[in-house]
Amino acid sequence: MSTSAHSVVEPTARTKAIAGTLVVAYALLTMIPLVWIFLTALKTPPDSISYPPKIVFTPSLEGFCNLFTTRSRQTEEYIRSLPPAQGRCEEIARERNMAVAGPSNYLPRFWNSVVIAFGSTVLAVALGTMAAYGFSRFRVPLADDLLFFILSTRMMPPIAVAIPIYLMYRELGLSDTRLGMILLYTAVNVSLAVWLLKGFIDEIPREYEEAAMIDGYTRLQAFAKVVLPQAATGIAATAIFCMIFAWNEYAFAVLLTSGEAQTAPPFIPIIIGEGGQDWPAVAAGTTIFLIPIVVFTILLRKHLLRGITFGAVRK
Amino acid sequence: MNQSLQPNLIDRAAVATPAGLARRVRGLSDRAIAWIFIAPTILLLLAINIFPLIWTIRLSFTNYRANRPNALVRDVGIDNYVSILTDPEVWQPMQATAHFVIWTILIQTVLGFSLAWLIDRKFRGHGFWTTVILVPMMLSPAVVGNFWRFLYQPQIGLFNYGISAVTGVPPSSFEMLGSVSLAPWSIVVVDTWMWTPYVILICLAGLRSIPDYIYEAAEVDRASPWRQFWTITLPMALPFIMLAVLFRGIENFKMFDMVNLLTSGGPGSTTEVASITLKREAFEKWRTGYSSAFAIILFVTVFGLANIYVKALNRVKSR
Repeated sequence: MSTSAHSVVEPTARTKAIAGTLVVAYALLTMIPLVWIFLTALKTPPDSISYPPKIVFTPSLEGFCNLFTTRSRQTEEYIRSLPPAQGRCEEIARERNMAVAGPSNYLPRFWNSVVIAFGSTVLAVALGTMAAYGFSRFRVPLADDLLFFILSTRMMPPIAVAIPIYLMYRELGLSDTRLGMILLYTAVNVSLAVWLLKGFIDEIPREYEEAAMIDGYTRLQAFAKVVLPQAATGIAATAIFCMIFAWNEYAFAVLLTSGEAQTAPPFIPIIIGEGGQDWPAVAAGTTIFLIPIVVFTILLRKHLLRGITFGAVRK
Repeated sequence: MNQSLQPNLIDRAAVATPAGLARRVRGLSDRAIAWIFIAPTILLLLAINIFPLIWTIRLSFTNYRANRPNALVRDVGIDNYVSILTDPEVWQPMQATAHFVIWTILIQTVLGFSLAWLIDRKFRGHGFWTTVILVPMMLSPAVVGNFWRFLYQPQIGLFNYGISAVTGVPPSSFEMLGSVSLAPWSIVVVDTWMWTPYVILICLAGLRSIPDYIYEAAEVDRASPWRQFWTITLPMALPFIMLAVLFRGIENFKMFDMVNLLTSGGPGSTTEVASITLKREAFEKWRTGYSSAFAIILFVTVFGLANIYVKALNRVKSR
């Protein structure tokens, strides 16, 4: 309950109940697609395309098996001639007259996502922290113009710069490499990192470093030993925002990678089973891919607003 | 360091410092550090943003084709720009983009602000439910587009099933993605599902920034709740709402991932937004020069509109 000073504007219990009901209804409605994708991941392919949509069904791991393996159709005689199935996935495949041919490309693509997201995040946050400190603490000529320039790089449609980047990467041998994608995502993320971190560093009183420098620290030591620890929360939040962007990015990934460095977002939609898209496998791939983001969202609650508005709005 | 001395030292530093302190102590000068710290970021952005942009401008005046690097490249002057700006078919993607941007912003702003206003009633558990609502906007638009393609299937999809359960229209009688009249709306629906939370979050910050005493004064003056809403809540939250519109507008103007996965621009070219045209010209037809000119026109349009809008936003803010 709020204090008596606020009682004049405190909503009545009935208002609150109505507001709560409406918001919860919207939240539940908005969750349906996510719950549905999760349920689909646990269905068999026939269950996933039955009509009316099945809410009650026997859970199966087939979607996950189909996501992680490739299978080939075999004759029943051939299947019977095989040694006993090893593991659940092989059993499921044989029930459908198939043999597991090998692993699918999902894991390597997922791993590419991890490496590229992590690499670009580390680089963007490192560069961003330095630049943000520079802008926050020193009188930099044309600082406002430089900051606006950094921000404006985000306004460009990715497709607009994709053409020359494609040509440039072809010349430099960076096309379809993880390094190329890391550098690209770093460049996209560094604008966010600078803006967010500048906000966080601005909030740390300069006096802390100045006291440290009077104690005999150099400027760099004061930065490393005083400012960095103080900015740790902000740096962590910024890192997660950068990671989420790189994790979710699709336009550059689909245009500039074709195999080796392909990440999960362009890969998941092209998982095809027998007779069209294998929706349980797609749903399984999507579910695995979304889990880290859902966890991060919960961790980021307090910083969400800053992160999505470049720090233009603070809570 | 002696703890008891610290406040005193801080006070002295605060008085003594501003510019000159570090220059007097050992180590790199402040000016050097500032440049060493800022330069890598600027260099990276020059290499991966500005250099490509300049290259795009250069290419936009040629007939270069990226799939035939050895073919003779000719300077064609402003031909690409002229042919884009005079081609009636180019207005199709511009209209599709405008339709998409205007409707998503309109719907999301109204819905987002209303929900933020409700959440601001601070009912029990509002923190938890707000977090639940915010999840969609953190997801990958491409992956979201792909799984909505599944929800939209006319025979098996949950969306059609839900609509038919509510309205009684048979689910296979309409195709969200396949029909010319519904396809643009299918994208608006997904975008609204995904991005309304974004507007909610910014509006919520706006509503929370209004000090309670203004409402208390209004209560004292016996202003009706309706009047309080129109004279206090809405005007004071307006700069925030406008900020949300700005960010959503820029993002939706360049929207690619969701549209590419939901409809790839079809059926026909009903959902072919500018980014999709650009991708087709650049990476399917390989008309690099032409598509570069198109990219520049797009960029100038976004940048111009954003700048005009920011001026308006600043005027509202300074009121």
